[in-house]
Parts: sequence; C-alpha cells; structure tokens
Amino acid sequence: MMRLLQSVGQSSLATVAGLGDFAMFVSRAVAAVPATRQLGRRWIRAVHEQGVRCVSVVTIVGLFSGLVLGLQGYYVLARFGSAGALGTFVSLTLTRELAPVLGALMIVGQAGSAIAAEIGIHRNSEQIDALITMGIDPLGYLITPRLFAALIVFPILTIAFTLVGLWGGYLSGSLLLGLDSGVYWSGVHFAVRFADVRECLLKALVFGVVTIAICCHSGFTTHHRVGVSGSQAVSVSTTRAVVLASVATLAADYLITSFLV
Amino acid sequence: MIRTTLPPILQVHGLRKQFGDHVVLASVNLVVPRGSIVSVLGRSGTGKSVFLKCLAGLLRPDAGEVRFENGSADAVRRRCSYLFQANALFDSLTALENVALPLEQTTRLSRPEIAQVARNALESLGLDRFADHFPAQMSGGMQKRLALARALATQPELVLFDEPTAGLDPPARNAVFEMIVQYRQEFDFTAVVVTHDVPEALAASDRVALLEEGRTYFEGTPAEFAASGDCIVRSFGDNKVTVRTS
Repeated sequence: MMRLLQSVGQSSLATVAGLGDFAMFVSRAVAAVPATRQLGRRWIRAVHEQGVRCVSVVTIVGLFSGLVLGLQGYYVLARFGSAGALGTFVSLTLTRELAPVLGALMIVGQAGSAIAAEIGIHRNSEQIDALITMGIDPLGYLITPRLFAALIVFPILTIAFTLVGLWGGYLSGSLLLGLDSGVYWSGVHFAVRFADVRECLLKALVFGVVTIAICCHSGFTTHHRVGVSGSQAVSVSTTRAVVLASVATLAADYLITSFLV
Repeated sequence: MIRTTLPPILQVHGLRKQFGDHVVLASVNLVVPRGSIVSVLGRSGTGKSVFLKCLAGLLRPDAGEVRFENGSADAVRRRCSYLFQANALFDSLTALENVALPLEQTTRLSRPEIAQVARNALESLGLDRFADHFPAQMSGGMQKRLALARALATQPELVLFDEPTAGLDPPARNAVFEMIVQYRQEFDFTAVVVTHDVPEALAASDRVALLEEGRTYFEGTPAEFAASGDCIVRSFGDNKVTVRTS
C-alpha cells in the first residue's frame, strides 16, 4: 500500500514538474522575441513548414468530412422530415467542432511530427549546444518562430477546412441526394453567427499554440528520454509529440466548448 | 612557440562536476596562457569533454571557479567558440549559411557584410569553392574545416576543440593539428584541445594537462611531459607511442 502511494506521489510530482517545465519552456520562447534576430524570415519559413505543407491534407480531410456529414445528415434529418436543415447541420458541425479539431489533428500529424523529429535531431547532433556556444538562444532561433507561425496557420487552415467541408456537404447533399442547393446554402447562411466563427477561430488559435508548443518541447527534450538514445529517442519524441498534442487538442476542445456553450 | 609568459586568458580552480553519485571531475585546475595551444589529455571516461563543456557554459559546474581574463565568465564566453567532436553543423544549411549563422544572429552587420565575412572565412580555410555545398556533400576533413570556419567567423579569442581528431586516420589527425597551429597564428586565438592523440598533441601544443581520476594529474610543457619520470604519465605516453609505431 505504501509503495502504491509512493508510486502515485512520485508520478504526480513528476507530472507537476513536467507541466512546470513546459510552462517555463513556452514562457522563455515568448520572452526571446526581442532578442531574436531575423525573426520575420524564420517566421515565414515556419509558416511555410506548417501551412503550405499541410494545405493538401487539410483540404482533402475537409472535403471528405463535408461529404460524410452531407450523407449522414441528409439520411438522419430526412427521417424527421427535416432534410432542409442539412445546411444548418453541416455548417454548425464544421464551424464549431470538426474544422478546428480535425484541422489541428491533421496539422499535428503532418507538421507537428516533423517539427518534433527535426528539433530532436538538432538535439542529438549537438546543434542546439552549438547554438548556445555561438551565443544564440536556441529557443528564440528554433521555437519562437514556430509558435508564432501557429497563430496564423491554424486559423487560416481551419477556415479552409470549413469552406471545403461546406462544399463537400453541398456535393453529397444537393448534387448527389437532390436537396435543393438554395435550401442548403440559405441554411448555411442563416445558421452561422458571428459567435460561431469566433468560437471556431479561438479554438484554432488555442489548438495551434498548445500543439506546436508540445511538439517543439518534445523534440527539444529528446535527450531527457529515459532508456533510449540516438535515433530511438527521436522516434520516441515524435510519437510522444503526436499523442500528447492530439490528447491536448481534444481536452482543450472540451474545456473551451464547456465555457462557451 | 611557447608563450607561457603571457598572462592567462583562462584560469580554472578546483572545478568539480558530478552526475548523480558519479563524480566525473573531482578537482581540475588549469591555466591557459593567452595565445597558446593547451592540450588536455586523459583516458576515455576521465571527463575531458565534460570539462570542456563546463568551460563553454554548456554544463554548470558543481563547485570551483572558471575565471576569464578581463571579465566574468559569461562576458568572455561570448568571445569563445567551440568545435564539437561531430562538428554540429546544420545539415539543412549550406556551408556559407552555416558560417553566416552566428554573424546573422549575434552581430549588427548588414546581409552583404555577413556574406562577405563568411566568404572570407571559407576562403581562409580553402572552402570557397564549396560555399553552396551542404555538409553532407563534403568529406570529413572538409566538414572539420567548415566547423572551424564557423567558429572563427566571429573572431573569437578562445577556441575550445572537443576531440577534433576523433574517427580520423593518422594523416588526417596530423592535418587537423597542423590546421590548428596554422590558423592559431593566422587568426591569433588561444586554443584548448581535448584529445587522445598524445604524439600529435605534444608536437602541436605549448602546454599539456593530463586528467586522471577527475583531477589534474600533470600540467606543464610538452618537453616536461615527455621527460616526466612519473609512471602514469610515462605509461600514458608509452602506450600511445606503441600504438603510433605499430
């Protein structure tokens, strides 16, 4: 019993210490802004790394999400004689939930994993130590541009996801199943309010900062992985980054939704 | 060649570092005269690289003092460069971009000025034709020179070399030490070299320190090292000579 308590206590302390370390990591990355040279250039590169590379996967997933929502929504609503509410159903589902959550998960899978692996390799090959010896703050150089890139990339890709998803809902609901296109688009038009768009963008911003920070932190602390080293440590860091960032996305989604609903 | 009469640029007193219960450095003392080449010798696992990382500020010593000439450790560390055993070059940057990196991030030079300084550094080390090459497209020796070019681009006063000859064959080892001697004269820096290669180190250095069981066991000139009657110093040297002649 004592051992169990001791084990729980040690795990709790380690979790609290880990959260504190993560908070310090993000704070130091933000505080590094004034001292970081050529932040704009590195920010543009980070926007490309996260944004341009993820456009295709986000739009494809957005399209199929809209197609499925159109199909499922039409059949369910038709049972109650409410097929005309399909536009409302698809638009609110996408705007308030699916676009920010699925968009974030796709970006984490595509760009977040690459960020964790790249920073992990920087750590393994002593490039981060080299930055320190050159008088360069590694957080300012490697982390800050990526965090700030997330602030623009996630909202833009979430909007793209939503628009493509709406079009997907129109394809399956109107073109395939025969719902009048005017009914569909007027449902979209009258359903989405400013508060829904605000919630969508707020979620995108929060998911962006949280997930990219987790991926950066996981790569940056590759040398702290217990029991593994070298390429195995990079592999563990990458997997850990994707899993933690995905869980954090869903947890943050629940918290934000519960406050805003 | 020996410039021990010059004031020390770096003095280390009683440096201690341990990881958990394992004491790596118990008490290391070292004096590095300005403009000299000081080689730190020792068996594998005696903490030579840990010692160098403490000097560079990558590890925080548990006790002891690292005193630089004319200033605090942090102030002078900005005038230090470090050559990593595996070079630590950025593989996604070209040779020119690697050399330009510390200049871009730590100086107020304009972009054309940075490019010029970086090209000059590459030219000094015979790498000007490879400015657009990535590190992976270069040989081990060229990567070593590129790392040195990056280290020298900011005109450091002190350069710390961590096992610069690791993994190289004997001719390449000689070439690396010759390079250090040549560029020390050309760029006027002080060098601290951590190495296993006793013959090459004795030939190139102004002073030698031997670490044994986490302490400075010997400190003196190469001539004093070679003439020492101490059994540990002699066995260390003899072993290396045997390896060299075989």
